[in-house]
Amino acid sequence: MLAWTIYISFAGALVLALLPKGNAALARWIALVLAVAGFAIAIAGFVQDEGLGRVTLVDVPWVASMGIRFTLAADGISRVLVLLTGLAAVAGVLFSWNIETRTNEFFAFFLALIGGVYGVFLSFDLFLLFVFYEIAIVPKYFLIAIWGSTRREYAAMKLALYSFLGSAMVLIGLLAAYAISGSHSTGLVALANANLPVSFQMWAFPLVFVGFGILAGLWPFHTWAPTGHVAAPTAASMLLAGVVMKLGAYGCLRVAIGLFPHGMDAWGWSFAGIGSWRDVFALLAVIGIVYGALVALAQTDFKFVIGYSSVSHMGFVLLGLVTLKQIGVTGAVLQMFSHGVIAGLLFAIVGRIVYERTHTRQLEELEKMHLGRRMPFAAWAFVIAGMASMGLPGFSGFVAELQVLVGAWIAKPWWTAAAGIGIVVGVAYTWRALQKAFFSDRLPTPEEHPKTGWPKFEPITWPEIAGTALLMAATLIVGVYPRVLLDSIEPAVKALLAGGMQ
Amino acid sequence: MNYADLFRVTLPEMALEIASLLVLVVDLAFLRKAALQTRVMSAVLLGVIGCGAAVITLPFQAFGGLTYPGSADVVLSAGGYTAIAQTGILVLTVLTLFLLVGSDFTQHVGEYVAVVLMAATGGMLISAAQDLLVIFVGLELLSLGLYILTAFAKKSGKSAEGAIKYYLFGGMSAAFLLFGFSYLYGLSGSTNLHRMLLGLYGPHAIEVSPLLYMAVVMVAAGLGFKVAAVPFHLWAPDTYEGAPAPAAAFIASVSKVASFALLIGISTAAWHVFDGLHGRVSVSVVSVSVGFHTQQMPVYLGFRNAWQEILIVLALASMVLGNLAALAQTSVRRLLAYSAIAHAGYILLGLAFFSYSSQSAQAIMYYILTYGLTTIGAFGAVAVVERAGGSDRMDAFLGLVKRNRLLAVIMMVLFLSLAGIPPLVGFWAKFNLFAAVLRVYPTGVALGLVALAVAMSAVSLYYYLQVLKRVFVMPAADETPVKSNAVTMAVLVVIALAVVILGCLPGLLQTWMAGFYAGM
Repeated sequence: MLAWTIYISFAGALVLALLPKGNAALARWIALVLAVAGFAIAIAGFVQDEGLGRVTLVDVPWVASMGIRFTLAADGISRVLVLLTGLAAVAGVLFSWNIETRTNEFFAFFLALIGGVYGVFLSFDLFLLFVFYEIAIVPKYFLIAIWGSTRREYAAMKLALYSFLGSAMVLIGLLAAYAISGSHSTGLVALANANLPVSFQMWAFPLVFVGFGILAGLWPFHTWAPTGHVAAPTAASMLLAGVVMKLGAYGCLRVAIGLFPHGMDAWGWSFAGIGSWRDVFALLAVIGIVYGALVALAQTDFKFVIGYSSVSHMGFVLLGLVTLKQIGVTGAVLQMFSHGVIAGLLFAIVGRIVYERTHTRQLEELEKMHLGRRMPFAAWAFVIAGMASMGLPGFSGFVAELQVLVGAWIAKPWWTAAAGIGIVVGVAYTWRALQKAFFSDRLPTPEEHPKTGWPKFEPITWPEIAGTALLMAATLIVGVYPRVLLDSIEPAVKALLAGGMQ
Repeated sequence: MNYADLFRVTLPEMALEIASLLVLVVDLAFLRKAALQTRVMSAVLLGVIGCGAAVITLPFQAFGGLTYPGSADVVLSAGGYTAIAQTGILVLTVLTLFLLVGSDFTQHVGEYVAVVLMAATGGMLISAAQDLLVIFVGLELLSLGLYILTAFAKKSGKSAEGAIKYYLFGGMSAAFLLFGFSYLYGLSGSTNLHRMLLGLYGPHAIEVSPLLYMAVVMVAAGLGFKVAAVPFHLWAPDTYEGAPAPAAAFIASVSKVASFALLIGISTAAWHVFDGLHGRVSVSVVSVSVGFHTQQMPVYLGFRNAWQEILIVLALASMVLGNLAALAQTSVRRLLAYSAIAHAGYILLGLAFFSYSSQSAQAIMYYILTYGLTTIGAFGAVAVVERAGGSDRMDAFLGLVKRNRLLAVIMMVLFLSLAGIPPLVGFWAKFNLFAAVLRVYPTGVALGLVALAVAMSAVSLYYYLQVLKRVFVMPAADETPVKSNAVTMAVLVVIALAVVILGCLPGLLQTWMAGFYAGM
């Protein structure tokens, strides 16, 4: 059943592309209906298969002579991420309700991207996974380049080239694994069972991990992320931060760690405490956490703050993955979900609700506008989203980051110590942005004070309220009762860590 | 060999030649007073019928090809990669002929179509040729046709410039080729590929004459020119830019298919050099034949090693230089020329790391056929824009999505396929080719070069996106709709659909190709 999420997304993209121009309302409703349908299927699949382990959805030969199969399957991790994708898709459509130029093309690219993302999360054939992974690149480029803002062509090209470079590295790993295994199959399970030589895994693991890690915002390959997020239209930044970065993290987990576990074995020598690829990537993840947070603290553009906070939060995901401990990896997967929801919410507030009314994102200018009083909905939504982003108890981020930190402590205590600094700085930059944008006590000078009273902003529309409510509900539900997702994630992580894919 | 055998093996070529003469006669004798587009239609239709007849006669070729009198050695092969290439040449020729409809660069349509068909005949010959002399004659037949086609737009200075450059480079490289062939003949005493390679065999590098290296370099120069491999590529940008669009599409597709088929022929012969010798050769050679298909050859094989080395050099240079030079282009045709050089580099990689089984040959044929198909579409699309805006500069494509939506979508499909984005056929072709290389040579130099090729195709996305950015993202300079000929659009739609369908179901073409090898 979950496979239909992919099909209806691509079918919807095709329908919207063929739709005659000038019928924006119809295009919006088609997109919304399909996104909701995808979300509903994701929920139904999640509920129906809960606790079943890996369920094969479709498995037919695709290219018989090469042993490539069209294998779609879902385990607990996939189901959680498919759920996230459905959520992000619905919210994304709601927050794009005001797109007026080339509406049908916008939603066609949007649904094509969503279809690719669903595809990656559900593929259990490495070749198929790679195909979906690359399908997701092109719509991103056009979404940013056509409907974006602030240096959009530069940001779009940078994003496309970074993604393509990453996928080139993955492709090399895929080709080499296929050739060396000699198993005549590209199925994830078959490759995991192929007993790939350790010497091969030693170079394939870092190659593929970095290849996917580029899209997950792995420091120092993260620079596409802030510029891309800032330039992208709201829905695209929500998807970029919400699900596309998770594609990278998912690839790191499913492909790099799942297929090449011996790539993380100790080298037999160590330098400054670094004795394996695992240590290298943990170090990069920790640097990403702290660096992203510190840079976010210094931004003058509201959206850049959120962009760099994404780098920081994705650092937790990557750190959780390389702990290789049950609790750490579980936390990483939960953090993928949590950050997807929270980053989506933050980008929606900053990019859509605030920016579309104030037409500026500079914190200095927002300071003068007293948005706390003039736009209370945005202000209070941001307070809640900010608390979730800081990782306060009661929100999904708390459960996720706590588990990652515990996992990191078990693996190497200093990782936790360093990452803890990131959390503290995280509180600081969220607070700073919150205060500057909404609750500044700076009084307007007489020149700034408008003669005829403050102009009214456009009222908040129903799609904005619906989207905000949806995302807030998701982070609260998971925060208050994390078992709803953990029951699915934990067994899948256990199986993955115990013996690759077997 | 007798003439009946010759006739049976060259049936498709005969059909093409007859068609080309018919085109000339009909156009010059009966349609002298008719309107230009009527003459174009009749010439194109006759040409297409000729190609169709040739396709129909293909299966009736004598099985096993044409042999020398009193010998088992083959002059013209049939079946296998030859049949695939010949079918491909005919299909692609038909597509380029359709691009002629609606164009007005020449009044001499009969001559144009006749020359196209004759050049295609040359292409069919070299895809089958197993003898140095036949190779040379076929190559010249193809090349001379291409020089004429390039110069066909007589009112255009660029067309004349492109043609004269092409001709001068071509003449030079033909001389190199012939010189190299003469050495090969002198060293081995035979003009048959198989006999020649056997004659050049030496168990150790020290026993191989240095003249062999001279000869291989000369031959590589001559054939490298045909496939536009660096450093023999200098003609390509000017020719692609100057030639009339249907001719440029023909040069970029049909001529490439034929030339790569020839290279496959040489590589196949080089890898199968000991075939059919069991029982007649000394023990040392038989022991070699056991380890054939692995790269750990215990002995030195003369021609094959030198051939492999020079192909690696050409592949490396073409991949790197083609992709980097394409980054700087502002003319879309020149961009396509440099991208063609880059694609030739990938294919040369497949030829350098060839497999004893037919896997490499099939992967290369897959690549070049689908590349030819895509590139015909790309030239067709460029031609439509050119006719509307008078230029193939990147800026002529500004805001094309507003001016002709269908054409814009077709360009997106074709250019993304060239960049190797799934699920389009260009991705699958690359994957298949690189997988074929790594299957046989999973480590060392081959792995490094494949990694470089994959990285370079990431570079290529940049320049393809530069075109698509103008088509989709940037605002139009003027918003008048781009009008196009219905036949051209139909051809482009067919090509774009084929690119998508073959990309989603890569098994289709693969199964079809494997069918030609089934009986061998």
